[in-house]
Amino acid sequence: METVNLKINNIPVEVPKGYTILQAAKQANIEIPTLCYLKDINCIGACRVCMVEAKQNGRPMRGLIAACVYPAEEGMEVFTNTPAVIKSRKTTIELLLSTHQKKCLSCVRNNHCELQKLALEYGVDEDRFASEDMTYEIDEQSPYIIRNNNKCVQCMRCVAACKNVQTVSVIGAIKRGYQVHVGSPFDKSLNDSPCVGCGQCIVSCPVGALTEKSDEERVWDAINDPEKVVMFFTAPSIKATLGECFDLPIGTNVEGKMPAAIRRLGEGVKAFNMDFTADLTIMEEANELIQRITTGGTLPMFTSCCPGWVKFVEHYYPDFIPNLSTCKSPQAMFGAVLKGYYAQKTGIDPNKMFVVSVIPCTAKKFECTRPQLRSGDGDYDDVDVALTTRELARMIKRAHIDFADLQDEDYDLPFDKASGGGVIFGATGGVLEAALRTAARTLDGEFKKVDFEEVRGPEAIREVTYEVAGIQVKVAVTSGLGNARKLLEKIKAGEADYQMVEIMACPGGCINGGGQPLQSDSVRNYMDYKALRSKALYDQDLASEFRCSDESPVIKMIYDEYFEAPGKEKSHKYLHTSYVPRGNKMT
Amino acid sequence: MAENSLAFKGTPAQEEQLLAVIAKNKELPGALLPVLHEAQEIYGYLPLEVQQMVADGLGISLSEVYGVATFYSRFSLTPKGKHKISVCLGTACYVKGADKILAEVENKLGIKSGECTPDGLFSIDSCRCVGACGLAPVMMIDEEVYGKLTPKEIGAILDKYIAEEGGEQA
Repeated sequence: METVNLKINNIPVEVPKGYTILQAAKQANIEIPTLCYLKDINCIGACRVCMVEAKQNGRPMRGLIAACVYPAEEGMEVFTNTPAVIKSRKTTIELLLSTHQKKCLSCVRNNHCELQKLALEYGVDEDRFASEDMTYEIDEQSPYIIRNNNKCVQCMRCVAACKNVQTVSVIGAIKRGYQVHVGSPFDKSLNDSPCVGCGQCIVSCPVGALTEKSDEERVWDAINDPEKVVMFFTAPSIKATLGECFDLPIGTNVEGKMPAAIRRLGEGVKAFNMDFTADLTIMEEANELIQRITTGGTLPMFTSCCPGWVKFVEHYYPDFIPNLSTCKSPQAMFGAVLKGYYAQKTGIDPNKMFVVSVIPCTAKKFECTRPQLRSGDGDYDDVDVALTTRELARMIKRAHIDFADLQDEDYDLPFDKASGGGVIFGATGGVLEAALRTAARTLDGEFKKVDFEEVRGPEAIREVTYEVAGIQVKVAVTSGLGNARKLLEKIKAGEADYQMVEIMACPGGCINGGGQPLQSDSVRNYMDYKALRSKALYDQDLASEFRCSDESPVIKMIYDEYFEAPGKEKSHKYLHTSYVPRGNKMT
Repeated sequence: MAENSLAFKGTPAQEEQLLAVIAKNKELPGALLPVLHEAQEIYGYLPLEVQQMVADGLGISLSEVYGVATFYSRFSLTPKGKHKISVCLGTACYVKGADKILAEVENKLGIKSGECTPDGLFSIDSCRCVGACGLAPVMMIDEEVYGKLTPKEIGAILDKYIAEEGGEQA
């Protein structure tokens, strides 16, 4: 590999050719501050926070240069903390603050805002530059994302995530100069656009301009309502990420603390394990796959657990709707199980149940509102509220629960146990792997393979062929909607003949969902946080008593007591759904 | 902004013209800018419907098209009137009180600069110097230049155009 030698603050470093100054500096353990730069997402050198001084051939270079885009060159001397650099950064931050709505105390990003951190580090005067009074209307019409442009710093990280990573591109920069702002075409609401609600814009935002539409108050109201029976269930990936909100290291598995914390939110609040309905999804989906293969159904079958992906198909590839598995997502299945089976079993009136899912996702907030997911002749939503990981963390904080020191507790019966297959649902490849485990055992009782490592990554698109009971099963996995689009185009062009395809809308799967704890640029730019989060799930899978969904005792119980067998009449009524084409234009 | 104060009235002929422009430029790098220029020539402005056709034709998102259309002041998102009023706000005109001329035009027509009257008769824009500084302050209506203006004269000038249409006085 070709390398270049340079000095960062007089420290010699040797780095691969093509590295930027920002990357080279990290090698000398110097982290140059950034704002608009976000690894793999946005690299436009626009914000001017990462400016440094440099000498080339012993002569000072003209002006300051942007470290995030400037390549490290042989013999270069870079200075990252000179008075000129500090002054420039300070002025830049002061200019950004001139138009920034500085309501920090009540801001959801207070204490973990990237702009706030920079302002503190550089000792800025936040009122140095007076600005024209510019007030933007807050867009809170969508069921998942709120945009407050009064706090936006125009870093374009959200635009890049939407356009380059997800290829959905429903937001962009509008106008120029002082009037620049981010929004949907013709300044319409995000709700009028073909947005899929993945929330990758939120987790890319350095400030409080983008947040989820919070449903915390509705949940507090239900907890405080003596008429309501409040039931929480937590999605597979939450255990791998919730700890981050309480300063635990990335990748800490907090499965035991989660139910303990949820019970402490209020009297009688139940905490169930959504890994159970991940298993249930697999039972139905594996059966559906076998049916489609053996009876000449539409192939490839696409997984349908991810609501961002489902909405993407409905908006942009409606011709592929018949390929989507008819299985409801684990969230929707759990709602149906609680308000159907569990209501019947316990005698609790489903109208008095308040079902709260905790999910890594903003698109699930939309999923809850789908008319197809209402039960009791359309009387009620199966899931009343979907909370993001961040919202649950805020509720735990408001209740002043000492999360980090909580003793582990079990989930509530009867939905407490799950297989390792249910656990790995939270990472890219996990749904397909869990489905393969159960489908293979169903087709061939002697099938021994449990670890389908080939579908786990790290390549963006994984294609594998397995032979099960004499059948060639060709599968593909990807995550991120840009990759999904590539895969769909390939299928459309007749260049691929898969039987099953797993797609998750967010890069890396649910562990990197739009509802997950926010990690600042200083983490995202230098650490593989997605791998650390995934590892927590795969470690738990490996240590699980049962690896395959069909082995779970809760699964056996619910089929014995209620659903009989996958694909039967009752499971069709409660566990399967339908989709609608939505159009890909602004409305 | 009253960006969609008038309903879009595109003709099949205009659409055919636009599609030809898109086909001609589609493969070129940076096709968006020339296509938007020609689209504005064809339609007079760039409403949502036209921008959507451009986006679909070039295989890019409407967000991107809208971003470019709002970046350059050369592009207009509002239709132009039958008579295009252009008030010069260049230095010479400005010191001679062009702002008051513009304000009076806006006042008389009940619309702001950049907008079009609901009947489609007038649209107002400002410009920077028409090369007639000796006549400052200057206003143009279509190709006609009106110089050494005072706000008092504006009403009568506009009335002349309204009378031609057989309408009531402004």
